[in-house]
Amino acid sequence: MTAVTARPATVPPATASRTTYREAMREALREALRADDRVFLMGEDVGRYGGCFGVSLGLLEEFGPERVRDAPLSESAFVGAGIGAALAGMRPVVEIMTVNFSLLALDQILNNAATLLHMSGGQLPVPLVVRMTTGAGRQLAAQHSHSLEGWYAHIPGLRVLAPATVADARHMLAPALADPDPVIIFEHGALYGTSGDLPADPAPAADLDHAAVRRPGTDVSLVTYGGSLPKALAAADALAEHGVSAEVVDLRTLRPLDDATVGGSVARTHRAVVVDEGWRTGSLSAEISARLTERHFYDLDAPVERVCSAEVPVPYAHRLEEAALPQVAGIVAAARRTLGPDVLPAPGADGAQAPGAGGAG
Amino acid sequence: MSTTRTPRTTGISHTPGPAHGARGASGGTAPARSRRPARDDPARRSAAHRAALLESMLGVRRFEERCVELYSAARIRGFMHLYIGEEAVATGVCAALTEDDAVVSTYRDHGHALARGIPAEAVMAEMFGRATGCSRGRGGSMHLFDASRRFYGGNAIVAGGLPLAAGLALADRMTSRSRVTCCFFGDGAFAEGEFHETANLAALWRLPVLFVCENNLYAMGTALARHQARTDLALRAAGYGMAAWAVDGMDVLAVEEAARSAAESVRGGGGPHFLEMRTYRFRAHSMYDPDRYRDKAEIARWKERDPIDALAVRLRADGTLTDRAFAGMERRVAGGIDRAVAAAEAAPEEPPEDLLTYVTSSGEASRP
Ligand SMILES: Cc1ncc(C[n+]2csc(CCOP(=O)(O)OP(=O)(O)O)c2C)c(N)n1
Ligand SMILES: [Mg+2]
Repeated sequence: MTAVTARPATVPPATASRTTYREAMREALREALRADDRVFLMGEDVGRYGGCFGVSLGLLEEFGPERVRDAPLSESAFVGAGIGAALAGMRPVVEIMTVNFSLLALDQILNNAATLLHMSGGQLPVPLVVRMTTGAGRQLAAQHSHSLEGWYAHIPGLRVLAPATVADARHMLAPALADPDPVIIFEHGALYGTSGDLPADPAPAADLDHAAVRRPGTDVSLVTYGGSLPKALAAADALAEHGVSAEVVDLRTLRPLDDATVGGSVARTHRAVVVDEGWRTGSLSAEISARLTERHFYDLDAPVERVCSAEVPVPYAHRLEEAALPQVAGIVAAARRTLGPDVLPAPGADGAQAPGAGGAG
Repeated sequence: MSTTRTPRTTGISHTPGPAHGARGASGGTAPARSRRPARDDPARRSAAHRAALLESMLGVRRFEERCVELYSAARIRGFMHLYIGEEAVATGVCAALTEDDAVVSTYRDHGHALARGIPAEAVMAEMFGRATGCSRGRGGSMHLFDASRRFYGGNAIVAGGLPLAAGLALADRMTSRSRVTCCFFGDGAFAEGEFHETANLAALWRLPVLFVCENNLYAMGTALARHQARTDLALRAAGYGMAAWAVDGMDVLAVEEAARSAAESVRGGGGPHFLEMRTYRFRAHSMYDPDRYRDKAEIARWKERDPIDALAVRLRADGTLTDRAFAGMERRVAGGIDRAVAAAEAAPEEPPEDLLTYVTSSGEASRP
């Protein structure tokens, strides 16, 4: 059993400014472009258009077309060009519009970025940052709604980040750029409009090695990341109304996983619900669940529960999409199952949720 | 904006014929913008330089012949692709590059690596999977690397190195360094999206890339006409708005001259250039390939144009190569390979405890 490494949610700063996730990300890019001439942003519509989610709006005007570089629709070529530029001493930030299109660059990410250091016997580190949007929830149908960060977390040689808070959106980019190896940043599309408080400068450098306990609790651990964090926090609120104290762990970094923080939480609560917008089969949630059973079998008072997306291409229609994705009610129901009927009797309707489906609640 | 020009392919046949004179090296292959090297520039055209080209090609040939023996003896394993027959391309192109330039290669990379100057010891040790190998035994035949020589690897994904080359060149452009990134790839790669994406990107951004397409008429067992809608690759590359032309890839002097003038133009800000090297591999695609898809007579005809024999014949005719000098080359080459094999045999293997090094830079084990 590892030591408890609970990291409380961000300490309220003396002076904080309210900002959106989108603005926080833009500020991080601006800071990086100002701080280091080697940094440049490259991708489809990052310049004139301002980024397909508006993240880089205004950066072209400030830094010019060389450093805020609009690329043609050639995911493989411009991601590969980012790798080559990184090898030649630059610090590129490559934006892929969404994870769905990253499949066209998967060869470059897997066969080059993640592999060159090893294949070259240590000669060629690739200090590249790739950012992309991920996730569903905006009725964009199957081809624009994938959550494939678990696939990327499968790959040795990559670091995979999923900033879920405004503070992480603001502060994860700098250490990602300082990492000598390739870092993939997943920004959930539903988070761009969320807002939160940012500590005034000088800001603490975000660490990329640890998960964060976003809400402490004692009865059950809700382990999640990215776009599912707000849902897990809402579920914790709902559980609190029933007298259940849920701890919410935000993974932040999907590879390498912070086993100590996740395990430490479960060692205290003895129950775990993993919430992952990826499909259940072969997912990140499966990995976390497996690790908990490998390392914390005797700490667990109940089987690990998982709330994932239903095994279906994400549908367009609102009610269907909602039913396909993890939802607050489904997380609450899963938490209840870990607690057992004695602790918290489940209302009849909630018990009937199909395994795998997040449930519309 | 860019130096689009009609590729000049006239006079460069891609049909095998007898060893020939100066046909491939003859005029009409320089891009419009480039300064053509003087034909009789003493530094370049000296007998010593030609002899060095011959010895370099011979070194690649004999190295690979030894590799075949070692493969049969199971000293070398894995996929191994021989460059035999195509030596003039790597030798001529690398002769035209400077130390500052970069090279991106394919899985058929022995010739590129040796011509770039990676010591035979380091290459052979890599084939043996030893710690002294140029990739510390992590790469093998298909993945030779040498960062100190700006050799960015054997890439075993067909066309996978092309985007990388664009990025190396982009970094040079952004930092106003006048260097060339030379990218080798095959005719098969010309069918890949990664080639077309990169050609467009390089031409659009006028990146200093020298595309060297080794058109050996086959992508594994599929003949050129069975995998390309139009087989005139230089003409099609020119469609992207870059200078492009075909070169007799069996003539090392023609290759060098074309590469030199293209590289000078690239270096001078002329944007990407494309050279279609018309060549042929004498051996099967890989050690696993029974080579059932080619006519034996076709191979025999191409062997009559062996690039090493062709240059030797010319140098003998010039009176600049004697039997004695050639025997000396053979001896030096063989001695070097003997030493490389002996060193590889004696070299330590990487210990299994180091299995997880080089997955991340921190040197820690790969943390899943
Ligand atoms: C993307 C990809 N597809 C298929 C292969 C299998 N493969 C290896 S070499 C090769 C033929 C490539 O031909 P070409 O580009 O002409 O190069 P050559 O082998 O003739 O030098 C194929 C199909 C591969 N390595 N990568
Ligand atoms: Mg070929």
